[in-house]
Amino acid sequence: MADLFSIFLTSVFVNNLMLRQFLGVSPYTLLCGSVRSALAMGAAMTVVLTSSSIASWYLHRYVLQPFGAEYLYILAFVLVILLAAYCTELLLKKALPSVYSSADAFLPSIGTNCAVLGLVILNLRKGYGLTETIVHSIGAALGLTLALVLIAGIMERLKLNGESRYFQGIPHALIIASILSIIFQLLVF
Amino acid sequence: MLSRIPKGLFGENPVFRLLLGLCPVLGVTTTAFNGFALGAATALVLLLSNLTVSLVKSLIPGAVRIPAFLVIIATYVSIVDLVMKTFAGALYQALGVFVPLIVVNCLILGRADAFASREGVFPSILDAVGMGLGFTLSITLVGGVRQILSSWFPIFGMPPGAFLALGLLFAAMAVQDGRAADKA
Repeated sequence: MADLFSIFLTSVFVNNLMLRQFLGVSPYTLLCGSVRSALAMGAAMTVVLTSSSIASWYLHRYVLQPFGAEYLYILAFVLVILLAAYCTELLLKKALPSVYSSADAFLPSIGTNCAVLGLVILNLRKGYGLTETIVHSIGAALGLTLALVLIAGIMERLKLNGESRYFQGIPHALIIASILSIIFQLLVF
Repeated sequence: MLSRIPKGLFGENPVFRLLLGLCPVLGVTTTAFNGFALGAATALVLLLSNLTVSLVKSLIPGAVRIPAFLVIIATYVSIVDLVMKTFAGALYQALGVFVPLIVVNCLILGRADAFASREGVFPSILDAVGMGLGFTLSITLVGGVRQILSSWFPIFGMPPGAFLALGLLFAAMAVQDGRAADKA
């Protein structure tokens, strides 16, 4: 139990997907505009990350391993993630149309976002069992959402303050990410 | 037609102009060599996938083109992954999770979708060479800057320094653009 708890805390803060491992950094995620759309993106990412981690674990354990085809992991995981992202998109469209409309710009890019494949491969390389995989994925997804919301919130405030001409947009977001990354590093001690 | 190569290097530089593939640019650039190695691997996959996509483009129905491209790219990435693991184990360890992640580099999928699936074989190869060189050059540059700065400021060797270095490089780029615009 203590072990699972430490996996969870580590994946939220110490090994934060975006700020410490650089997975999921793209113009879409850095400049999502408002806290509201950052939350929507975080929610969609959480569903995709968790579902594709679980599906990939089953695929690896019950299909790739028995057939001795572990070297096909890249191909297999990419297709699973694409499917998970597509299902999430459909689900969101039907169940939460308001969230969908504030998130439809980046939804098609979730399937090829490196956060998802990166997390699935990290789970595989660490040799996690099913429970650990689920805990690790939920923690990583929460950490990613936290990073997205923090960056979007600070960017919103900066816009009110008037941005510098040369730093507006991506450079600002990267420097905010750098400062947040230092803060997350300090949390370790 | 040969103008595709300088276009990939400067005008449409994948990292600094199109903002593609930021994850590896942040993730593996602790040294210039690591950056160069991943850049070269990415460029090789880009070349092979552009070539294949332009050859089979008439066989792929539009509705499933993204999964089809991903299967083609994933095949080449698997080859690179296995070869690097076998013949360059230390490098493979240093690059970590980013070697299999070449498959989701937006640059490769983007070029397959936007260019190789519409143009002939020869232009697609030139496009891949230009874009691949541009990506390799940029990622090596970021790696070099971080490696040199980290000998004075150790933070540039750590994760926060990656964001900081890239942010400052983008800002320097914007300053340069601003000057060019003022002159014009």
